[in-house]
Amino acid sequence: MSTQTTDVPRKSRFKISKRALPYVLSLPALLVCIGILIPFFTAVAYSLQRYRLSQPWAREYNWGANYLNFMTDPSFWNTLKVSMTYAFLTVGIELVLGLGIALLLQQRSRLNNFVSIMLLMPLMTAPALASLMWKLMTNPGFGILSYWATLLGIEDMKWASDPSTAMLTVVIVDVWVYTPFIMILLLAGLRSLPRQPFEAAELDRVPRLFVLWRITLPMLMPFLLTAVLFRVIESIQQFDIIYAMTQGGPGNTLTVFQVEAYLNFFQSTNIGRSAALLMILWVITYILSTIFIKNWLRLRERARGDA
Amino acid sequence: MKKEKEIVQSYMSGNISRRSMLRGLSSLGVSAAAASVMVNAAATRALAQNGFDWERHSGTSIKLLLNQHPYADAMIANLENFKELTGMDVTYDIFPEDVYFDKVTAALSSGSSEYDAFMTGAYMTWTYGPAGWIDDLNEYIGDPAKTNPDYNWEDMLEGVRRSCAWNGKPGGALGSADAKQWCIPWGYEQNNLTYNGRMFDEAGLNVPTNIDELAATAAEANAKIEGAYGIGVRGSRSWATIHPGFLSGYANFGEKDLNISNDGKLSAAMNTDTSRAFHEKWVKMIQESGAPDWSTHTWYQAGTDLGAGKSAMIFDADILGYFMNGGDNAEAGNLRFSPFAANPAAAAPTPNIWIWSLAMATAGKQKDATWHFLQWASGPEHGLFGATEMDFVNPVRKSVWADASFRERIDTSYPGYVDMHDVSAPGAKIQFTAQPLFFDLTTEWAATLQQMVANEVPVDEGLGQLEASINRQLKEAGLG
Repeated sequence: MSTQTTDVPRKSRFKISKRALPYVLSLPALLVCIGILIPFFTAVAYSLQRYRLSQPWAREYNWGANYLNFMTDPSFWNTLKVSMTYAFLTVGIELVLGLGIALLLQQRSRLNNFVSIMLLMPLMTAPALASLMWKLMTNPGFGILSYWATLLGIEDMKWASDPSTAMLTVVIVDVWVYTPFIMILLLAGLRSLPRQPFEAAELDRVPRLFVLWRITLPMLMPFLLTAVLFRVIESIQQFDIIYAMTQGGPGNTLTVFQVEAYLNFFQSTNIGRSAALLMILWVITYILSTIFIKNWLRLRERARGDA
Repeated sequence: MKKEKEIVQSYMSGNISRRSMLRGLSSLGVSAAAASVMVNAAATRALAQNGFDWERHSGTSIKLLLNQHPYADAMIANLENFKELTGMDVTYDIFPEDVYFDKVTAALSSGSSEYDAFMTGAYMTWTYGPAGWIDDLNEYIGDPAKTNPDYNWEDMLEGVRRSCAWNGKPGGALGSADAKQWCIPWGYEQNNLTYNGRMFDEAGLNVPTNIDELAATAAEANAKIEGAYGIGVRGSRSWATIHPGFLSGYANFGEKDLNISNDGKLSAAMNTDTSRAFHEKWVKMIQESGAPDWSTHTWYQAGTDLGAGKSAMIFDADILGYFMNGGDNAEAGNLRFSPFAANPAAAAPTPNIWIWSLAMATAGKQKDATWHFLQWASGPEHGLFGATEMDFVNPVRKSVWADASFRERIDTSYPGYVDMHDVSAPGAKIQFTAQPLFFDLTTEWAATLQQMVANEVPVDEGLGQLEASINRQLKEAGLG
């Protein structure tokens, strides 16, 4: 029995020119993008309109007026400040804690594996549910944390009900929920690092702190940047924890972008202002993402020896 | 069964009292619940006897969007009778209040015809009406071909009925001659005092009758009663913080939220001397005797704290006290009710009201059939059934309030409730100015109040900032 083979290439029934090929190949991605871009450009259009559902007769393009109004609106600047503060505090604390826990759990052992799984539990809790749980724990009347605070001599701790402690309270909840995310990402990074530099340092009896600063952290930097990128993007768009805990109050203490935009849309039905707020949030997120991704790429190239 | 039917018929004809009917049925082995069903079925049969064609839309199906609430429960308990009366089918989706209004906004703004009718508050119709999402129900109420002759629209409490009608002009008076009836009142809440009688007796407290006495009594309760704070009022960063006790007391001093100029322009009206004095008293009262976590308190926390014995009284919705006086609440049976006029010089209370209402979606496809349902659900028969057999309280119909069995039931289990209602009902209405920025401005008012209570801003400065912000927003929206 013999098989016959031929080297003559079969002619395709559909001939695609070389120039069109990249476009054809990217068509599925383009179709997915259209699904995202239509709502995006609709939001852009809304943000350029005076558009309130309760005043349909007044709907018109006011072009940049929604954005210009922000310049003189103290509540907008407060929103920007609160959002940035929240993102900075939560990501900063989570990064330090996540890194510390990851370093402690770096060595593979049954206990460390068990602890790392247990520490992931908060991440599996829906943030809104976590907030309700913390709301009960911080209730000044019967909350366990309020009770512990009194044992520490802190009387009349009002947690999220007081402007001076509201930010601290929601930051604690965010840290509780999201530190495990950074921890698990950095733990994976730590365990994937090559052993040779550490073994060499051990042979040379290099101090541990020096190893941490000069070997571990630089090698871990791509993982750190990835963790920070994800958390900053998510943190600056925070909604559920803050809304479930305080609805943005007391006063305007916690009116971050998403809460303000949500209230503008669903409560005030001010579609134009809500869309403009979200466009500004998008710009901030885009800029931050670009900075992080550029740095991440630079670090990757350096690691490959390209730079 | 014939004997049972005769007894129910006698009751329906007014020949015997409700108590006699229940006693008679009980002797025949009929439980109270079964008796309610029999009365209800008899009322439904009576409805069909006035010549109105209830079966005109037989075979039609409508869908409702409902909030999880005792009013919805009362309707659902009676729904089989409506289906039997009309041959229509009614389905519904029911959502908890936390997400309910978002669902309504999403459903209406999308133009979806999924829901034919839905529960709403009157304030919400100030958005839904001008947006063209709901129908003017005057068209149906005034049409004898579409409305049961015994519907008796005039039987609705006037302040409540008028509060659901607006001409759509910013600042336009509610219930004016050119107003559109955006919704039908279903059940409503006045804001008055509910206090814990046991605590008041034990601490030797008197029921306060004006804002100064309220603050003093709350402070005294705070000091004397172990484990309870003096007064529960709402405090979350929401429009809902302003509309109950706060606005009821504020309006009692003749104060308004907005001024309306001769050319129809609106401006903030809360930066006056009287308003400042009221704000100062209110803020001080919360600081001294309010809940420690006041700024997160919604109606739910205000109510449950009272029911659990964690507060001595509330100045809030009367039905909140009503519900907390029953069930498995720790203080069930201990709560008392009193009308409350904040202004010592006022002749009577002027409670602001919240009205759970029914509205018809413009995008719905079966308007006439939907109106069949709306007029049944807001009719006198269902109103009486709900008020006497379920927790459909407060009823919006004068005839239900005049019903001896209803008054007796409430008076027995809820001391002072009927008197409270009778005293404050004449002055009860929506005290806000109807305008499209209602939720924006009222939420900001609540946020300012939070800042004042937290001592972040003095009252006079806070009111000045609030006035400036409201005027700016009104101007931006072309209303100021």
